[in-house]
Amino acid sequence: MALLRITSPHTQRAGHRTAWVMQMVILATIPGIIVQSWLFGWGTLINLVIACITALASEAAILAIRRRAVGFFLKDYSALLTAVLLGVALPPIVPWWVTVTAVGFAIIFAKQLYGGLGNNPFNPAMVGYAIVLVSFPVPMSQWLGVQDIIASGNTLSFMQSLQAIFHHLPAVDAYTMATPLDGFKHKDLLDSQTAFSTIPALQAASLNSWLWVNLAYLAGGLALLWLRIITWHTPVALLAALFVMATVFHLIDPNNTATPLFHLTTGAAMFGAFFIATDPVSSCTSNRGKLIYGAGIAILIYIIRSWGGYPDGVAFGVLLMNFAAPLIDYYTQPRTYGHKKAKTGLKIGEDN
Amino acid sequence: MQTATIFSFHGGIHPPENKAQSLQLPLGKPSLPRELILPLGQHIGQSSRPLVKVGDSVLKGETIAINNGFLSSFLHAPTSGTVSAIEERLIAHPSGLSDLCIVIKPDGQDTWTTLAPLYDWQENSRTDVLAYLSEMGIVGMGGAGFPTQVKLQGAHKNPLTHFIINAAECEPYITADDMLIREKTLELVLGIEILQHLVEADNVVIGIEDNKPTAIAALKALITQRKSKIQLAVVPTKYPSGGEKQLIQLLTGKEVPSGQYPADIGILCQNVGTCVAVHDSIYLGKPLISRFTTLTGDALNAPQNVEVLLGTPVAHLLDYADSAADKLHRLVMGGPMMGYTLDSAAVPIVKTSNCILAASKKELPAPAPEQACIRCGMCEQACPASLLPQQLLWFSKSQEHEKAEHHNLFDCIECGACSYVCPSSIPLVQYYRHSKSSIREARESNVKADLAKQRFEARKARQDAEAAEKEAKRLARQKAAPSKSAGDKKAAPAKVAPTAAPISDDTKKLKVDIAIGKSKLKKLQKQLLEAQEAEHVEDINALQLHVSEQEKNVASLEEQLAKTAPAATPAQAPAAAKAPVSDELKKAKIDVALIGVKLKKVQKQLEATPDDQELKDKVASFEADLSKAQAALSALGASTPAAAAPKAAISDDLKKLKIDAAIAKAAVKKVEKALKKAEEIQAPEIDAIRQQLQEAQKRADDLEKALLNPVSTAAQPTAKTNETATNLDADAAKKRKIDLAIAKAGIKKAEKNIALLKEQGKDEAEIKASEWPQKLIEAQNKLAALEKEQETAAPITTAPTVSPAAPADADAAKKRKIDLAIAKAGIKKAEKNITLLKEQGKDEAEIKASEWPQKLADAQDKLATLEKEQGANSDTATVKSAKPEPKQVEAKAESIATPEADVATQVKKQKIAAAMAKAQINKLTKRLESAPEDAEYIQQEIEATRQKQQDAEALLAQLTHSQDNT
Repeated sequence: MALLRITSPHTQRAGHRTAWVMQMVILATIPGIIVQSWLFGWGTLINLVIACITALASEAAILAIRRRAVGFFLKDYSALLTAVLLGVALPPIVPWWVTVTAVGFAIIFAKQLYGGLGNNPFNPAMVGYAIVLVSFPVPMSQWLGVQDIIASGNTLSFMQSLQAIFHHLPAVDAYTMATPLDGFKHKDLLDSQTAFSTIPALQAASLNSWLWVNLAYLAGGLALLWLRIITWHTPVALLAALFVMATVFHLIDPNNTATPLFHLTTGAAMFGAFFIATDPVSSCTSNRGKLIYGAGIAILIYIIRSWGGYPDGVAFGVLLMNFAAPLIDYYTQPRTYGHKKAKTGLKIGEDN
Repeated sequence: MQTATIFSFHGGIHPPENKAQSLQLPLGKPSLPRELILPLGQHIGQSSRPLVKVGDSVLKGETIAINNGFLSSFLHAPTSGTVSAIEERLIAHPSGLSDLCIVIKPDGQDTWTTLAPLYDWQENSRTDVLAYLSEMGIVGMGGAGFPTQVKLQGAHKNPLTHFIINAAECEPYITADDMLIREKTLELVLGIEILQHLVEADNVVIGIEDNKPTAIAALKALITQRKSKIQLAVVPTKYPSGGEKQLIQLLTGKEVPSGQYPADIGILCQNVGTCVAVHDSIYLGKPLISRFTTLTGDALNAPQNVEVLLGTPVAHLLDYADSAADKLHRLVMGGPMMGYTLDSAAVPIVKTSNCILAASKKELPAPAPEQACIRCGMCEQACPASLLPQQLLWFSKSQEHEKAEHHNLFDCIECGACSYVCPSSIPLVQYYRHSKSSIREARESNVKADLAKQRFEARKARQDAEAAEKEAKRLARQKAAPSKSAGDKKAAPAKVAPTAAPISDDTKKLKVDIAIGKSKLKKLQKQLLEAQEAEHVEDINALQLHVSEQEKNVASLEEQLAKTAPAATPAQAPAAAKAPVSDELKKAKIDVALIGVKLKKVQKQLEATPDDQELKDKVASFEADLSKAQAALSALGASTPAAAAPKAAISDDLKKLKIDAAIAKAAVKKVEKALKKAEEIQAPEIDAIRQQLQEAQKRADDLEKALLNPVSTAAQPTAKTNETATNLDADAAKKRKIDLAIAKAGIKKAEKNIALLKEQGKDEAEIKASEWPQKLIEAQNKLAALEKEQETAAPITTAPTVSPAAPADADAAKKRKIDLAIAKAGIKKAEKNITLLKEQGKDEAEIKASEWPQKLADAQDKLATLEKEQGANSDTATVKSAKPEPKQVEAKAESIATPEADVATQVKKQKIAAAMAKAQINKLTKRLESAPEDAEYIQQEIEATRQKQQDAEALLAQLTHSQDNT
C-alpha cells in the first residue's frame, strides 16, 4: 500500500476547472450568436467554424513546436474561446482569409508567443481584430444591412454566404450597409436629428437590430455573472462610465452627439463589457482595479467613437487598458487582514 | 445567557462537510496498544527532557519528561508500564521526520500514580496555577500545541477584552471537538471558568459553527442552568471560521494586526480541548495523557470519535476503526484542508492530533495536473486574509520575493481556500510555503553572513594586535640599546604638530566607530524583529544576544567619545601654559584654550544643526570671550618677558629642544598612522614604513634624551662624574620601565584573551588547554620580577646621587603615580567586567566564582597602599624641596646662584615635560597594539593619558607654586 504524500489542501472544488470556465463563456455567447445569425444570415456561423478550425490548428502547431502536450492544452478550450469571440466580432460576410489572419495572429502572436494561456498581456481576440481592422479596412466595414433583408425576406442563403466568404459575391454591395455607429460617424456636417432621420443606418430597423444583438450579449453576460465566472465590477464600471460620458457630452452638445442609449445599445458595447473586458488574463485582478479598468475602457471607447478614426473603439480601448492593467494592479491592492491600510505601488523594503 | 454579535470575514469557502459519518457511533475507547510512542516534541518550542531511563517502570500519569526552557512542556506516561526504549521514531510531521521518542510498553494494569488535584486554585496565586498547568503538560490542543501557561502569561500584556473559546471546528470531516462538547460539557464550562479566573477577561465567548446543533444545545442548557456569564456565539458554517484570526474577526470585528498576536489587542483564544484538559488537571489532577480524536474516511468501516491515549500508533486506531487496507489511498493527520499526509501508520497520536482521515482514492483523488493561472480571481474571492493569491503565485513562481513580501505573503495563513477553488488545480499554498521558506532561508543566511563577518573582523583585529605587540617588543629591544650621542639633533621636518590633532583624530575615529556600530545595531534589531515575526525561536536568542552586545558596544563608544571631548581641553591647556610661569598668564592662556575648545564644539554642533539660534548665540558669545581672553593674554605676555628675562637664555634652549621633540613625535605619529593604514590594506610598503617608524622613534628618543641631558648638565655643571652615573641609571630605569610596561601589556592581553574565550562559551578545560593561561602566568611572573628589580634599582639610583635628590624623588613619585594609575585602571577594569557579567545575566554565584571580584579587591588594596605611599612621599618631597631653600637663599645672597635656582625649577619642569613625552610615546605604542574596533583598549589609553596629563598639571602647579615661594 503506497500512501500518497502531498501537502494540504487535499480536496478541491469538484467540476469547476479552467476548461469549464472557458466552456461556460463560450456557451454564454450563444444568445448573441443566435440573434446575429437571425439578423445577418449564415455568415456568422461560417465565420465561427473557420475561426475555430484556424484556432485549433494554429494552437496545436505552436504547442507541437514548443513541445507541449497538445491534447492537454487544446482541452482547456481557451483557443476555442478566442476563436468564438473573434468569429462573432467579425462582419458576417468577411472573406475567409480575413478571419484566418485574425485568428492566426491572435493565437500565434498574441497568445502563444507570450507563453501561452495565462501569460498574454493583451486580449488575443482583440489583437487579432485590431490587426485585420487596421490591415483590411474595406471588408471589415461591410456589415450586412438588416432592415432590407428582413423586410423583403431577401436574406443571404447559406450558399450565398459561403460564396461571399470564400469567393466573391458580385451583388454583395447590394446587401451591405454601414452599422449605426459607422453611419453616425459619417454624418459629416449633419446635426444629430437630421442624421437620425436621413441616414439609412440610423433608422429604427437598423438600430433595433443592434439593440437585439446587445440585449442578447447582456443576457449571456448576466449568465456569466450568475455562474460567478466574472464579477460585476468590470462590466458595470464599463457601462456606467460609457453612460456617464455619453450623458455629459450629450447634455453639452446635443446637436453633434448621440444619446447615451445609442451608445449603450449599438456596436460592441455589451459584448465588450461582458465578454472582452472581463478576460481575466489580461485585465486587472483586484476588485478596485477592475472598476478602474472598466471605466478606462469606457472612456477610451467613447473617445474613439466620437473623435477617433474608427466607428467603434472596444478593441483599441481594451488593448490600451491592457497596457495599464499591471500598473493599476499595483495601486489597487486590497487591504490585507491585519493591516491598517492597503499597500500601494511597489515600495520594496519599507513594508510595515 | 447573552447572545454575541457576529461579524463576518472576507472570503471563505464551503467545502462538503463530511461530518456526519464520524458521528454515527458513540465515543470509542480503543484498547491499550502494544506500545506507546511518546515524542519529546509534541508542542511548539524546545523538546522536553526525558526523566526516565530505558527499563524504568512508570505509573500512569507519572512525569516522564520535563520542560526544557521557557517555551516547553511536560510529558506524562499515558499508562503504567516500562520504558522499553528512548530512540528515534517516525513522528507525525509534514516532512515525515523522525524524532526522539520515549517508548512505553504497557503492563496492562493501567495503575495511576498518586494524583494531586489543585482544589484550592482560587486561593493559589496565578503564577502557581500556571506552573501547575505547565507541570500537567497542558498545551494548546487546537493544532499548534503552544504551551498553555506561556499563552496565558502572554495574555496579561494588555487588559483582556475577549476570552474566546474556539469550538468552531471548521475543517471538514473533524468532529472531535463536537463530540468533546457533547460528552464533557460540564468539564468544558468548569475549565473555561478556571481559565477566566486566571485571565480575567471582560467577555468570555464560545465561538461555535452552526453545524453542531447538539453541542450548541448542550452548551446552552448548561450555561443557562449555571447562570454563567459565558456567551455562546453561533457562527455560520464557513471555512476557515475556526482559524484564530478569522474567529476573532467573527466574534469581535477586530483584526489581529499583521505580525502581532491576539494578546496585543486584548484577546485570548483557547481551544475547547485545552479547556477540558485544564479542568481535568485542576479538579482531577490528571495530566494531559489522552485526547479526543476523530477517525474518519471512506477507508474505515467504523468511523468514529475516540478518546485515545497519547502515543497510540495510528495503525492501532485504524485497526480499531476496522480499516479496509485496500481502500486506503491517503492517510491524513488533521483535516483535508490543513492536515498533512502520513507516510506510515506507525506514527503516534500526539497532543495536537485531532483527526485521522483514512481516505479512499475516490474520496480524495490525486490532484489534477496543474494548468496555467488565468487570473480568474476566484482565489481572491475566497481568501480569508484578503490577499491577492493570483499575484502571489506569479511572484512566487518568478522568485520575486520582495514583491511577494510586499503583497503580504507572510499574512497568508495557509488555509488552502485558494487552492480549493482554483480552476486550474494550482497548488497555491505549496507555492506560498516554498516562497516563505526561501525568504526565511535568505534571512537566516544573512544573519549567518553577518556573524561570519564579525568573526572575521575580530580575528583580524586580534592578528593586528599580535603583530603590533611584536613590533612594540622589537622597538623596545632597539630602545634598550640607544645611541649615547647626547646632542644629536637631527633636523626634523619643518612642520608644527598641533597638539590637539591626535585627540581630534581619536574623536573622529570614535565617531566613525559609533556610526558603524549604530548601523550594525539597527540592522540587527531589524533582523531580530523579522525573526520574531517569523517565530524563529533559535534565531531570536542568538540575535537578542547580538543586539545587546552591539548596544553595549555603541554605548561604550559613546562614553569614550564623551570622555575624549573634555580630554581635549586639558590637552590644550598644558600646552598653552607650558612656556611662561606666571600664574595669571597661565590662567589667561587656559581661558583662551578653554574658550577655543568650547567654541569649536559649539561650532561643530552648529554645523550639524545649522538652524539652531541658541547655538549661534553661544558661538557669538564664545567668540567675544575668546577675543577678550586673547587680549588679556597678550597684555600679560607683554609684561612677562621683562620679568622673566633672566630665565630666557636657558628656557630658549629648552624650548627649542622641546619643539624639536614635539616635531619628532609628530613625525613618529604620522609614520605610525601610515603603518596602520598600510597594514589595513596589506600594502607592500609596510616594511619601509616600519623602518621609517623606527627611525622616527629613535629620533624622538634621542631628542628626549637630549632634553634630559641638558637638565642634568645644567643642574650639576660641576659634578660631571655623578652626571654620567645618573644618566646610566636613568637609562637602566627607563629600560626596566619599558619592560614593565610590556609585561603588563602582555598580562592584559592574556587576560583579555581568556575572557574572550570564556565569553565564547568555551568551558574551563578548553581555556586551560589553550596557551593563554600559561602566558598569563609567565607574564605575571615577569612583571613581578621586573617590579622587584625596579624597586631595588630605585634606591640604588637615589643612593649614590646625593645632589640630584630632587629628580630622583620626582622619578619615584612618578613611578608611584604610574602605579596608582595602573591600579586605578585595574579597579575600573575589574568593575567593568563585573558589571558585564551581571548584564549577561550571570547570577551572583557565578560572578563570585569568577576571578574579577578578587581582582577588584586586590586592586583596591593596592590603590590604597599606593595612595598612602604617595601621601607620605609628597610630604618628603615638600621637605626636600624645602631643604634646598636655605642653600638657594645663600646662593641668592651671593647673587651668582640665581640662575642655579632657576635651573632647579627648570629641571623639574623638564622632567614633567619628559614624563608627558613618555606618556605620549606610551600612548602611541599602545595604540599601535590596539585594534580599531577594540573599545576597551582605546578607553584605557585615553584614561591613562588623561591621568598623566593631570599628574603633569599637578606637578606643574606645584612647581610654579614653590617657585613663587622662592
